[in-house]
Amino acid sequence: MNLSRKWLNEFVDLPLSEYDDRSFAEAMTVSGSKVEVTEDLSKSIKNVKVGRIVKLDKHPDSDHMLVAQLDVGGEAPVQICTGAWNVHEGDLVPAALHNALLPNGTKITKGKLRGVESCGMLCSLKELGCTAHDFPYGEIKAAALLNDYHPLDPAKPSIPADIKAGDKIFGAVIAAQVKSVAPAGVNLWDTVLDTGSGETALASDCQNLHAGDLAAFDTRTKRILTPDELRAEQKEFPHCIPDGILILHEDCKPGDDMGELLGLDDHVVEFEITPNRPDCLCMIGLAREAAVTFHKELKLHEPKVKAAAGGDINELTKVFVEDPLCVRYTARMVKNVKIAPSPAWMRERIRNAGMRPINNIVDITNYVMLEYGQPMHAFDFSCVKGGEIHVRCAREGESIQTLDGAERRLTPSMLCICDTEKPVGVAGVMGGANSEIVGDTAMVLFESANFNGTSIRRTATALGMRTDASSRYEKGLDPQNTYAAVQRACELIELLGAGEVVEGVIDVCPTELKQTTVKLEPEKINALLGTELSEQVMRDILLRLGFTLKGDTIFVPSWRADVEHYSDIAEEVARFYGYNEIPTAFSGGISTAGGYTELQQLERKIGECCRSMGLDEIITYSFISPAYYDKIRMPADSPLRDSLKILNPLGEDTSIMRTTILPSMLEILTRNYNYRNRQAALYEIGRIYLKRPDGMADEPKIVSLGGYGEKMDFFVLKGWVEKLLKELGAGRLRFVAEKQNPAYHPGRCARVYAGDVEIGVLGEIHPLVAANYGVDAAFYCAELRFDALDKAKGALPVYKPLPRFPSVTRDIAVVCRADIPVGELSECILKNGGEYLKDCAVFDVYTGSHVAPGCKSVAFSLTMRSDEQTLTVEHAEETVARVLMALREEYDAVMR
Amino acid sequence: MKELMQSLREASIKAINESDNPESIEALRVKYLGKKGELTAILRQMGKLTPEERPVMGQLANQLREEIEQAIDLRKTILSKAILEKQLESEAVDVTLPGREQPVGHKHPMYNVLDQIKDIFIGMGFEIVDGPEVELADYNFTRLNIDEGHPSRDWTDTFYFTEDGKILLRTQTSPMQVHAMETRSLPIRMIAPGRVYRKDEVDATHSPMFHQIEGMVIDKGVTMADLKATLNLVVEKIYGKGTVTRFRPHHFPFTEPSCELDIQCHKCGGKGCPTCKGEGWIEVLGAGMVHPKVLSGCGIDPDVYSGWAFGMGLERLAMGEYKITDLRLIFENDVRFLEQF
Repeated sequence: MNLSRKWLNEFVDLPLSEYDDRSFAEAMTVSGSKVEVTEDLSKSIKNVKVGRIVKLDKHPDSDHMLVAQLDVGGEAPVQICTGAWNVHEGDLVPAALHNALLPNGTKITKGKLRGVESCGMLCSLKELGCTAHDFPYGEIKAAALLNDYHPLDPAKPSIPADIKAGDKIFGAVIAAQVKSVAPAGVNLWDTVLDTGSGETALASDCQNLHAGDLAAFDTRTKRILTPDELRAEQKEFPHCIPDGILILHEDCKPGDDMGELLGLDDHVVEFEITPNRPDCLCMIGLAREAAVTFHKELKLHEPKVKAAAGGDINELTKVFVEDPLCVRYTARMVKNVKIAPSPAWMRERIRNAGMRPINNIVDITNYVMLEYGQPMHAFDFSCVKGGEIHVRCAREGESIQTLDGAERRLTPSMLCICDTEKPVGVAGVMGGANSEIVGDTAMVLFESANFNGTSIRRTATALGMRTDASSRYEKGLDPQNTYAAVQRACELIELLGAGEVVEGVIDVCPTELKQTTVKLEPEKINALLGTELSEQVMRDILLRLGFTLKGDTIFVPSWRADVEHYSDIAEEVARFYGYNEIPTAFSGGISTAGGYTELQQLERKIGECCRSMGLDEIITYSFISPAYYDKIRMPADSPLRDSLKILNPLGEDTSIMRTTILPSMLEILTRNYNYRNRQAALYEIGRIYLKRPDGMADEPKIVSLGGYGEKMDFFVLKGWVEKLLKELGAGRLRFVAEKQNPAYHPGRCARVYAGDVEIGVLGEIHPLVAANYGVDAAFYCAELRFDALDKAKGALPVYKPLPRFPSVTRDIAVVCRADIPVGELSECILKNGGEYLKDCAVFDVYTGSHVAPGCKSVAFSLTMRSDEQTLTVEHAEETVARVLMALREEYDAVMR
Repeated sequence: MKELMQSLREASIKAINESDNPESIEALRVKYLGKKGELTAILRQMGKLTPEERPVMGQLANQLREEIEQAIDLRKTILSKAILEKQLESEAVDVTLPGREQPVGHKHPMYNVLDQIKDIFIGMGFEIVDGPEVELADYNFTRLNIDEGHPSRDWTDTFYFTEDGKILLRTQTSPMQVHAMETRSLPIRMIAPGRVYRKDEVDATHSPMFHQIEGMVIDKGVTMADLKATLNLVVEKIYGKGTVTRFRPHHFPFTEPSCELDIQCHKCGGKGCPTCKGEGWIEVLGAGMVHPKVLSGCGIDPDVYSGWAFGMGLERLAMGEYKITDLRLIFENDVRFLEQF
């Protein structure tokens, strides 16, 4: 919502000189109306004055430039050269003087144009940052001047160079010399032409005619023709263009500041209004907030309508509200409408509020919307078939062409304004083209209605057209506002002389509007805020906001639908007492212990451990594409394919909730690989989402590890898993080869167990999966269940005394069948080694020459120690012997 | 004999001082002091002396032995020092060569910030609670006083799993307020960080999945003054002592009164600059007193208990803290990005 400070002053006395933008914005923001930005419009234009052309001559050294002497309010005239041909002596024009600044950022300085001094520039509409909407009379029509004719082919001119008055051009069109031009109104000139066979007087709306010009005159229609009408190309008449200087028809005089004339002597404040306060989407609403904020009087005006046209609206039309989505429908009728531009002050305010002026009728509806916050619509009543208005939902198959020209298919959930046959407008969204106000509209029905906000919002969304009206309606407007708004519109009609208002108001309000009351409970309010405010302070704030009080009953004003509870009253009090005045104090009393739960501590520990091993933490999306299941070669009948499906996803890639975390890790590894990062080692503690029978999800956490790169292989990955489990204090680990998991390399994948608890899976990614990701490198991943890690984690460690006696090591190498897992040999050794064997570490596995085919040699380093004595050689030999015997018996593994 | 000793002294000291390695010094020791050495040879002539001269000469000889030994020791020390120096010199490395890389992993920058916030609240007696992301509309909206028909419920804004709109991906961490009130005993002091989902296309400031931190206190006698005091303290711990805050009215359906907390722009000190988009203030979080309707809807008597709650976006906080300019970097997980933090 853009607020004009100039306009605001009409309601609250807050002059810019006393309340600068910064202090105004700060105070409004902390009282609840957040200011986004403020803009001083006057800064956009400098030293542009109104000038009167006192003398106009041809430039001595140019075929198209003019030299104007201007009265700009000073003693001596100012000389400015211009290339535009639509200026005449006596015209009032915007003159950018030396060191002027234009709204498009252009700076103007004096200089010489072909040897003639030019002390500035005359401005067009565009150069002033305006369009014909702002100055409807600023549109320019240029006659085709034969003295500006430049043939496309100099060898074959369509018009001879020596053409003179009376010569035929084609058909009834002849050359005619302009004898004199005298202003006859806005964009109208009494023109006398020499047609070669005498003089003809006519009124022309071409703006570039000057005495001496040679024009193309249609003797049949008695009109001076434009290049278009001559069927000429624009470049044949390069200076006869529909552009030029803005000739002012405003109440102004030489020397006046153009910025002020354009209404740019204003500051605009842009507010971000929260959705609960649609009442602040207008001047009056914001003025009320400002008045309370600054302790000023709010000056409201009660519209008065003379309704001098006679008759009564009830004789002309009937309104039938046939659907409760229309809460109230108020309307008035205007006869003998005269469509014209609205006055400058109204155009200025509309423009500064961020809208475009159109014409008096449309501008009035927009003006009232900006002032009262009530969207209005004006219909051409002659287009309303049967003279009746029916407010109903669209029927199946109905459609309407809206004012923007688009054809809209309507559905039965959309509320429409209809005549006896068809919709003439989409309620609260946009009017129909079939009842649009056009130049010859004579009877206008002004609608000021209240509709259900949600319905309007859904209709606007469905039609893809959020308008100024719908964006207000959707927040839920005050149904009590419709009457005052339509009155104001009719008052403005009369003020502008835009038509004659018919007696009577139609006001249909099918259900009684409720009055909200809240009990004033000062102690409760103070208890909520932590303040000690007096009841009087509270009453005062409420009264200034427009609430009324009887005893301790608060009557909430109709525009404050957001207030219905004592806590809402507390907010009103707090806003104007000042949020920042509320003390800051910790409440005493019972305290809570706080802290991390055991599971949270576990999660932190896992993270710490992963990072200590060099893994970086990642965060991945919880939703994936169903195609990712194919990418990881998940079997078609896997229950994990039954994911929770988002019915309205942004796209396929984020359409289902992942039941496995592997694709997320692979996606990130792939991205890093594609970014040519030489290595990556990553972890995530993320959730998967497993569908439950009730439609919700179990959301267990998974510890996902992943890596690739030169130093990466299966055993690095396994090292991560082992280290992690060891740090968590898990008992003895078991790794079992896993050949069935289709995502992993069948020979390089394992399931890991801690005791009896299955922790998860780890391995090299199957090359086919890698290929699905477009990668020809080896990726390594592990998926460990967080709940299993919790189950497997050890208790608090208990101190074990450090060894007092030295240990003895013996290396042994045994040869066995190549397919026996080394893990099993190690287990066998540890199981049979006896009390002195403390550790057994594999340090070499060898196949090749010196070892029989189908066999391998495995070397272990055995560590032995006693806690009671220094181990003797005999003890060590005995242990080694037991180990070797067991290996031979159980695995046929013999000492090499 | 005296002269002999004197010349031996001169010759030996000179030879010792001129020797340049430990081996030659050892040879000199043998030459002068060994069993067949020159001093021994001189001492052998002691027999020729008178008994009166013997002790005197003996003493002189001992003195000479000592002198030579000292000279040898001294020379040895000097030489070994020189050798060590030479050795150290040859062992010198180019200290500007890079160190050998040690792998250390990095916490995701956003979780760095989250952990900082968790620690702040734990220090104030808060617990951390966790809850479902696949959520009931009832918890995500209805019980938070967000009516049917509220724009945030639109299918263009919220991800749904069921046609009836009853099951969805939570759009905020606020349903954790309801869960906490339902399942925990009073008083409650909790924060609930987590993933939330909204139907926003990915760009530099939007992501369909992002993170929020919800916080809530429910106790007897909790006031807006308490809210202000606590959040001021939190902000000071995040942004540093002396951070200026401003509480500004705002609107959330489930708190009343509601507010937003701004901090004064640290870059311009409130004058207005590009960092704060000219406003002088930077919005940090939304908060408010828990709406009495929400309390009573969770079976808590608003006449006995009151509470306050807040919610803040984690991504924006992390981006501000680390000057990250594009939200997409957060979820891209490029190791060159992750390893900066």
